[in-house]
Amino acid sequence: MNSATVRTLLVRGMLAGLLAAVPALLFAYFVGEGPVDAAIAFESANSHEHGEDLVSRSVQSTAGLATGMLIFGVAVGGIAALAFCFALGRVGRFSARATAALTALAAFLLMYLVPTLKYPANPPAVGNPDTLGQRTALFFLMIVLSVLLGIAATMLGRRLAPRWGNWNASVTAGLAFAAAVTVAMVFLPSGANIPKGFPASDLWEFRLASIGVQAVLWAGFGLLFGFLAERVLSPRPVAHRVPVPVA
Amino acid sequence: MAQSTAAPAPTTQPALAPLPLKALAPWAVFFGVLMLVLLYFVGAEQGATSVLSGEGVHEWVHDARHLLGFPCH
Repeated sequence: MNSATVRTLLVRGMLAGLLAAVPALLFAYFVGEGPVDAAIAFESANSHEHGEDLVSRSVQSTAGLATGMLIFGVAVGGIAALAFCFALGRVGRFSARATAALTALAAFLLMYLVPTLKYPANPPAVGNPDTLGQRTALFFLMIVLSVLLGIAATMLGRRLAPRWGNWNASVTAGLAFAAAVTVAMVFLPSGANIPKGFPASDLWEFRLASIGVQAVLWAGFGLLFGFLAERVLSPRPVAHRVPVPVA
Repeated sequence: MAQSTAAPAPTTQPALAPLPLKALAPWAVFFGVLMLVLLYFVGAEQGATSVLSGEGVHEWVHDARHLLGFPCH
């Protein structure tokens, strides 16, 4: 239980992130690219100059998509592994595998789903370039807020647990989190900026695909990392049958 | 769920010892920052802010950036 364990877990987290990005990439390619293409068709039909394409659509939707997804997988896998190292043995009596699953679930909720409820993913053609700076800042602010409130809610739950029991403490912490996030969302400025005539169904499909991509990534990460982490933290006792005589 | 052939099945999960923060801190700092830099390049470079000039990074990861939920343009 030392620095070497952390290193091993970190490496395995990055590896699990990379591997989990593969099904997420397939999902993005087969489910997400349709709405992206539809949005680009809308953009070219309705717009202004498009400039010369630096990277062709066929490269963007394959090699480009893969690069982004895999790097994202490694990065968030590493971050989640570090969070896991901290959470292990500190959030309750969970096994390594359960802690990994909870870490992945928390990461999906706090780093993606909650922020995206306020600032949902937008396909090409949606979003005014002039407000990009503001929208980017708000999006990252929402992520930071959601993560901090998630940590605060977890600490609250841990404090209440001895007196109220795990169930009541967890429900209270969850409600407190939901209330705080709702207040934050009500007061933060809206990010909506949808061009007139953009098909609502394309927007819906794109956003659903985006949620799907992240859900696949985090589900894959939670399962893979749980498996890999458990083998580091509680190595299986070698052969529980008859001890093999050593020659 | 035929798992009972294994040796003494513990009835309750033994609490796992937390990893000491001293062991975790250096990894968290160095790799945490490194991972955030990677995220920045996938999610925001040549969008709201630019470290490298041009549009190459933005255009290359364009589809991933959109589908992962980052504001792209």
